[in-house]
Amino acid sequence: MHKSLTLFCALLSGPLAAAEMNIEVQIPRLDAAEYHRPYVALWLEQDNRHAADIALWYDLKLAEQEGEKWLKDLRQWWRRSGRSLDLPIDGLSAATRPPGTHRLTLDNTRLPLAELAPGNYELVVEAAREVGGREMLRLPFQWPPQETTTSNIQGDNELGRVTLTLTP
Amino acid sequence: MNKVLKYTLVATAICLALPAQAHRAWLLPSATVLSGEDPWITVDAAVSNDLFYFEHFPLRLAGIGEAAAKTETQNGRAPSPLLISAPDGTLVEGLNGKTGRYRTTFDVHLTQKGTYKLAVASGRHMATYTDKGERARWMGELKDLQANLPASVEDLEVTQGNSRMEVFVTSGNPSDSVFELTGKGLELTPITHPNDLYAGEAAEFAFSLDGKPAADMKVTIIPGGNRYRDELGEMTMQTDANGRIEITWPSAGMYWLEAEYDTKAGVTPPVTRRRASYSATLEVLAL
Repeated sequence: MHKSLTLFCALLSGPLAAAEMNIEVQIPRLDAAEYHRPYVALWLEQDNRHAADIALWYDLKLAEQEGEKWLKDLRQWWRRSGRSLDLPIDGLSAATRPPGTHRLTLDNTRLPLAELAPGNYELVVEAAREVGGREMLRLPFQWPPQETTTSNIQGDNELGRVTLTLTP
Repeated sequence: MNKVLKYTLVATAICLALPAQAHRAWLLPSATVLSGEDPWITVDAAVSNDLFYFEHFPLRLAGIGEAAAKTETQNGRAPSPLLISAPDGTLVEGLNGKTGRYRTTFDVHLTQKGTYKLAVASGRHMATYTDKGERARWMGELKDLQANLPASVEDLEVTQGNSRMEVFVTSGNPSDSVFELTGKGLELTPITHPNDLYAGEAAEFAFSLDGKPAADMKVTIIPGGNRYRDELGEMTMQTDANGRIEITWPSAGMYWLEAEYDTKAGVTPPVTRRRASYSATLEVLAL
């Protein structure tokens, strides 16, 4: 419903409409003796180089930034971006999420898509869980989209399905 | 032939030829890539056969676990100091030091962002000679050599030796300030930052001897964990004319890198032989 409505609006308003990026990230429910919500980072890469951060879910409410101690476990994100940032960052940092499907919507009127040069990119989603595992998924896409496209990839352990929908 | 297979075969051949392994001295950090506001690491220092297991002797370090270090020495020599260089160039103390039966441990509080270097370095001259028919040796600084030799010295050999052992640790963004050369002995200059190593990726390092490129020198890299596998897994390579090597990391884990320089050419009398060694413990992360 939401998708078709978006498409409908896009058709109505023509080129003035904002190109949109909808991301769905499933965090699986795991039967672990000691379960902690995963740290998750979402970012964009172009030719294996970091292009833009999208979201970072971690324990940002712990006293004395204790939660930042484990950010290096998102080891690709930490390498590509995190280690050069001064955290927390407004609009990027957010609390960890419970198991379930989480949606993010971005459009080209706001950062980071507003400044994203046309080209081929990958959406990278990395998850790391305390006393658990770590998983990273990649979804290639082209920006800006010429037509509405949906792609997805299924995680094995720490991530469920990640779905990327692009709307011109 | 695939590189890993080739190195494995070389390593196997070396193992067969030399069944008795040499003792290895090493530092093992609890982590090399850290995030957060108040990171600490703890470091083990030991001398062992297998990497990285505590099974033989602690590596005695001046200033760490002092009570023990005062009464005992290694091979009759005083323990070398541990120098911990912070990103801003100052030296910081190893904390909570203790020397046990098999290992020395200490902590480092990383109060600055950037790359720290932990180094255990020594330089000394060793003279061996025959005095009245008996072999004898002396160690110390070159300026004290003549005063310490007996009048009837024969077969004098003077070796100028340097050794250096290093570990690199980064809090936040890697920095380069600790890579400045001292110009003494064998040293490593990273082309690839030593806290930016990933399985499947290539890394490049340059070596220098007394500040000049250490060309055509053998460098050995051994992955840790060899107690639980049959092969040593040793990889050997030669530095090029610029003292450089390139290695593609076969898997994630802790690695021990060792290089040794030994020559009788180009030395300045009374020195007859130049020896220098370098080792580092490097952490390779999974992609």
